[in-house]
Order: sequence, then C-alpha cells, then structure tokens
Amino acid sequence: MNVDLIVAVIVSAIAYGTPLVLAGLGELLAERSGVLNLGVEGMMLMGAVTGFFVSQQLGGPGWVVLIIAMIMAAAAGALMALIHAFLSITVRVNQIVSGLALTIFAGMAGLSSYAGQVWGIGGQHGVHQLTRVDLFGLGEIPVIGPILFDQDPFVYLSWGLVALVAWYLYRTRTGLYLRAVGESPRSADAMGINVTRYRYVHTIVGGALAGLGGAYFTLAIAPIWTDGLTAGSGWIAIALVIFAFWRPDLLLLGAYLFGALSSLGFTLQAHGVQMPSEFFSSLPYLMTVVVLAGASTTLARRRIGTPASLGVPYVREEG
Amino acid sequence: MISHVEAGPASAGTATAGLAPAVAATGVTKRFAGGVVANDHVSFEARSGEVHALLGENGAGKTTLCNILTGLYHPDEGEIQVNGSPVRLHSPHEAQRFGIFMVHQHLSLVDSLTVAENVVLGWSRHGGLRYSPRQVEAEIAEIAARYHMQVDPHARIWQLSLGERQRIDILKALYRDARILILDEPTTVLTPAETEQLFASIRELVAAGRSVVFISHKLPEVLAVANRITILRKGRSVTTVDAAGVDARELARLMVGHDMPAGRVRRAVAGGATPVVEERGVLELDRVCADGDFGMQVLHEVSLSVRPGEIVGIAGVAGNGQRELAEVIAGLRPHTRGTIRVDGAELRGGDPRAAINRGVAYVPEDRMGTGVSPSLSVTENLMLKSYRRDAPHAGPMLLMDRADAQSRALMEQFDIRSRGPHALVRQLSGGNVQKVVLARELSSQPRVLVAASPTRGLDVGATEYVHGVLVDSARRGVGILLISEDLDEIVELSDRIAVLYEGRVVGIVDAAAASYEQLGMMMAGAA
Repeated sequence: MNVDLIVAVIVSAIAYGTPLVLAGLGELLAERSGVLNLGVEGMMLMGAVTGFFVSQQLGGPGWVVLIIAMIMAAAAGALMALIHAFLSITVRVNQIVSGLALTIFAGMAGLSSYAGQVWGIGGQHGVHQLTRVDLFGLGEIPVIGPILFDQDPFVYLSWGLVALVAWYLYRTRTGLYLRAVGESPRSADAMGINVTRYRYVHTIVGGALAGLGGAYFTLAIAPIWTDGLTAGSGWIAIALVIFAFWRPDLLLLGAYLFGALSSLGFTLQAHGVQMPSEFFSSLPYLMTVVVLAGASTTLARRRIGTPASLGVPYVREEG
Repeated sequence: MISHVEAGPASAGTATAGLAPAVAATGVTKRFAGGVVANDHVSFEARSGEVHALLGENGAGKTTLCNILTGLYHPDEGEIQVNGSPVRLHSPHEAQRFGIFMVHQHLSLVDSLTVAENVVLGWSRHGGLRYSPRQVEAEIAEIAARYHMQVDPHARIWQLSLGERQRIDILKALYRDARILILDEPTTVLTPAETEQLFASIRELVAAGRSVVFISHKLPEVLAVANRITILRKGRSVTTVDAAGVDARELARLMVGHDMPAGRVRRAVAGGATPVVEERGVLELDRVCADGDFGMQVLHEVSLSVRPGEIVGIAGVAGNGQRELAEVIAGLRPHTRGTIRVDGAELRGGDPRAAINRGVAYVPEDRMGTGVSPSLSVTENLMLKSYRRDAPHAGPMLLMDRADAQSRALMEQFDIRSRGPHALVRQLSGGNVQKVVLARELSSQPRVLVAASPTRGLDVGATEYVHGVLVDSARRGVGILLISEDLDEIVELSDRIAVLYEGRVVGIVDAAAASYEQLGMMMAGAA
C-alpha cells in the first residue's frame, strides 16, 4: 500500500470520526454521572438542522456566522437533554424509555424533519462551510502535516475537548465528584455532593456536545440538510463510550476507528480499489453490534468499569 | 458558632458537668409515614473526650437518631445542640461543618475510587478546582501515622477488607477534623483483632479531646469501650448510665425491658446432650476447589464432613472463601475439582436445583438479595422453593388460599411478625426476613443446612431465636454447616470448628477443646 492511501484513510477517518468524538464525549459525561442518554441520535439531528438553519439565515462574515450556528446547535442539543434530564432525574422515568422517546420524537420522521420543512432548508445548498485551516503552515509537512495540522476548526476543538474532559475527570475535584456520583450516588450524597445538580449539568452539557456533533455534518462535512442525515451516528457514539471503557483518550481512538470504517468505502473507491460499497457502509454498524454484544457479557461488565449506578435513578431514602 | 471546646486527655471521660456537651439531643421526635414513631422524645448528650454509647435492639431508634444528628433526617420535634448552641442541620454537609461525622453501617465509600480519592470526596483542605493525588496521599499518611492506622492511599476500595474500609471511613472524618465521630455498629464487620485495633484508635481519638458516639447492640463491647451509655428502647431514651457502674446483665435488662436468658443457648436448649453421631457424614466435601468471581482460585482442596445432627462451624476472617464455599455446596457456583456428596450421592456442580432435590437448604449471607425476593409477599417467598412439588395446586394453577393457610401456619411456627401472609417481605424487619428464609428452608425437610452469617445485623432477640432454630434442627438430625464471622456464635453453637484461611481449611478442632487464642491464630494464618 502506498503512503498516500494510508494518509487519505486517516484523514477521512478523522473527518468522519469527529462527530463521534463530540457526541461520544457528551454521552461519556452523562454516563459518568449515572444518566444513560439514548436520545443522542435525536439530539444530533436537532443540532444538525438548527446549525444549518442558523448558518443560512445570518448574514455577516462567514466565521462569525458559523460560530453562532455552532452555539445554536449546541443549545438545541442542550434543550433536548434538559427534557431527558427532567424526565429521568426529577420524574425518575425509566432512562431507556425517555432516551428512546427523545430519539423517536426528534429523529428521522420527527421534529428535526419537521423543522427542516418549516424552515424550508431542504433543497438549499449551504452558504457557509467550515474549511480546513492550515495551522502555522505546517500542513505541508509530509504524512503528519495533513493529519495533524490541516484540519477544520471542529477537529481542533474536539481534540481540545478530549484533553479538557480527561483533565477534568482525573485532575479536578469536580471531576472526582462526578465519578463518585456515577459510581455511588448514595455515598456522594452523604458526602454533601449535590447528586441532582451533577446529573443535570452533565446530561445537559452532554446534549450540547451531541448537538455540536450533529452540526458537524451540516456545517463541515457537507453543507446540506436531508432528513436523518446523521444516519445512526448517535447510536455509534453510545456504543463508542462502552468501547472506550468510559475513558476520553480511548474514546478518541475508537471514534477514529469507527470513522475509518465509515469512510473506508469512499476512500478506497476514490483511490481505485474496487470493493462492494454496501459491505463498507455496513461495517460501522456491524462493529457497533459486536461492541454492544461483547460489552453485555457478564465477564466484560465486571471488568470494564461501567459506572455502577448507570441508568439507576437516585432516591434519597427518607420516610 | 462557638469555638470547639478544648478538652485535654486529663478530662477524658470525666468532663465537668458545667461544660457544654460536645453534642446533645433534647426531646427529639421523628415520625415516619405510616405512623411509625422512630424516635419519641429522645435525649442524650456526649461530652468532649468521651465515648458515649447508644445501646439498643434493632428498631430501638439508634440509626434514626444518628441520621438526625448527621442532618440526613430532620426531627419533627426537639433540638440538637453543638457545644451548647442549638443548631438546625439540613444536610450531612451542614452537620460536617459543625464537626459531626458518621461512619456508616453500610459504609459510604465509592468502590472504584482510590483511598485518597474517597478521602477528599466532597471536601478538601485546599479550595479550588484542582485535585492533586500526591498532596492528598501525603496528608493521609500523616493522619494515619498519628492515630496508628495502617493505610495504603493508592489502594482502590474494592481491594480492601471490610475492616480496612471502615478505617478509611474514620480517616476520612479525621481528614476533615471531625470533632464528633458517630460509629454505627462498627464491629459487625471486624475480627476480634481488628476490633481491638478499632478500640485502641477510639481511645486515642477521645484522648485528643474528640467525642465518639458508639452505636451498638453488643453488650461486652459497649462495656469495654464506652464511658457512658444511653439506652434506647422502642424509640425512647430509657436512661443514661456510667459504664463503670453497670454490668452486662443490668444493661441487657434495660435494653430489652425484661431479663434475658443467659447465653450458651446450645448447652441450655440441648441440655448438653451430645448429638447423634454416625460414621458417615450427611455432607462430605473431598478436596473441593473452586474459582472466585474474578476467575482466580479461591477454594483450595477443602475437605470437610458434617454428620447428621452435628453443627460444624466455619470460622475465618471475611473474604477467605466462606461465601464461595457456601455457594459451591448450594450449587450456585461450580466446583472445579473434588467431590461434594450429600447422603453419599455425588452432587453435580453449579446446579442449585440438584442441590435442593438432594436436601440441601441454604440460608445465604446476602439475605435481601439472594435469600428472599423483597417485592413478593411472605406467602410467595415461602413458596419459592416448593412450587415445583409441594405447593397446593390444581393442575398448573396455584391455590393461593391454601398457600396462604400454609404460610400462616409457618408464620405461627417461626414467629414471623408481619401484617399477614400478603405483606411484602421488604416491609419486614431484618429478623423477620431471616425467619421467612429459615421457615422456607427448614419446611422442605432438609438433610443439610448451610447457614451463612445467619444472625448478621439481627438484634439480640432475633439472634437468640435463630440460634434456637439451628440447635433444634440439629437435634432433629439435620447436618448444619454454620459459616459466621462472629466467633462467639461459632464457639457457642458448633460441635466442631473448621477454620478457613485463604481458601484452605487450616484446621478442624473440637469446639469443647477450642480456645479463642488458638482459633484467632488459625484465622490469622499463624497456625
């Protein structure tokens, strides 16, 4: 194999992996607090449609428009997550039901499609698109240049966020409290940690990241809106969190692995390698099934460090 | 807030009456939904430099009182004072600001975090966002050295024994400069040696002017460690006495409200008669090996024999293979080598139904999780094992009326107190839950009974009752394997005692000839 092909595979793995990094980090934060959010797919779609709509409506310098669009996409995801937080933390609805309901509500044939129609952005071609930024002119360096220094701002942002979340989890007191809340809310409560607040905040921040991940599709990959364009990325992000053992560093690697699987078909085709495209496009989903099935075996569950209270509402025992 | 009362070692236990107590409750009343009055005008005061015991049976209101002192519950009436000033405690956090800390019965540590991480959870000496493991570890080492505690700050909680975990919980309170330390049944999980260590630490704490509120229903240890004792009975504070001026008998009378039969149940009930001894054991283990939850071998060539009518006690520090041994016999865990025979017939490994059919009854350690199904009724729980054969049925239909009648009879026989056969088991007290388990297991006419920690967490009355049932079953020819961390219980009830250490039987001794020193050495792996 030639070096160009490998570089091309890695570059597109990063491009396709970035929404997974963002949404996966969000899910990781929520799950670390003990809240399972199966609404990621819906939140990503809401982020995608909102981001695209905002970028189409606003005038002004492209980068200002795009930043505002990203913020609004995050806000859309956060708003959805607020619903999930309220239902699963305050009302203590079954988290699986609440998350699934949100994905159905906002998903393919739901709110995101409706918003796309009402806002009339279906056939439009985007005015703005985030493009690659060659950092300090280092993009010219062979091999590592295109991989590390010639990416769009979303990618740099996602790398910063991974480092930030890793530092937050393991080197700050709030991060320590977050881990305690996800492991043993009872102990955390007894230590005076506000379990409800931690869960709300991290679920909502998680939703914002999912929205941002969705916006990557419409603001960076291709500036168009079609119904259900995230194509199951939300579900892959959820599997990814398990695959990464709830660790941000592994999550980054895992996301690029999934990204590589998603993009392998196109990349190989573009380089003249002939393989049935259906096979390649099914790979990430196949991988998702394998990861989820593997993670649900008892042996794996004991060893991989699932937050012990994941999916369990916290009720202080009184009265 | 008034500054802390400084009391030196000299005033330990004899703090002058004029000095405000470190913490006091006056007329505290707490009612729960459903009309239960857990605390009914309870009053007590703990002075600085004093170990103050709260003594009472389960359900006497000790834990409720402590939850009030630590801000978890809010009293409906009455007042809490710290250093003489009334305080309102709305949360554990607030109680901690007044220096009140509780070491919980169900320890409040996070298993997957390290010792250091647990210690700084919710509070750090250093403000700010950063958490620096190295700094915290140094501070922990310093406190541990001052109070002569052995602690590894890097260890993760799940790797530690229950005794070590308790030490971490105490250390956590000291890290926050606790002035008043509340220990809820702290010795339940400890070996005799660990208990001695704990008492030594407690004495050093009060010598440094701190106060310890010591909750227990065990008379000897209350007498051994406390300066003064407040007795709670049915939610009321009966009286407060000086530990120096009472004996165990007097305390027992105050605690249960009437004289208790003296210990030595086995001798008393069985009249000292030696059990029927047959050559062949009803339960025979021959070089049985088994793996633990994480795939490591935890039982190493365990050979044991229990004869009909005999109680064989398994002594040992928790985590030396007791749980796995019980599970292997009950068929819940496959053995990897060796044979298990019941009445001479070999038992297939990992098949609980085969074990049940051969006449193995099992009282599991984890009462609520494994022993009963908490959300089912008493009747349903009593039927859980017999539904396949003996339950009253018409074709595939269960006849619930007849089942209720049967369970009423069992409730009578085993003195199960509940609202009736339809009461949910999770609404029952610990003692009554255990009676449900015993009733179910013994009503199947077992040949062998494996009882794992059958009296853990039960009050004096219920414990005596369970002991009576065990002795009685043995007299009717059931072979009993009694696994317990309570050495007194083992010595009191057993005919022979086998000691487990690191998954091996390190010795089997005649109970009559056993000494605590010898058993203690064996349990510690020193013999």
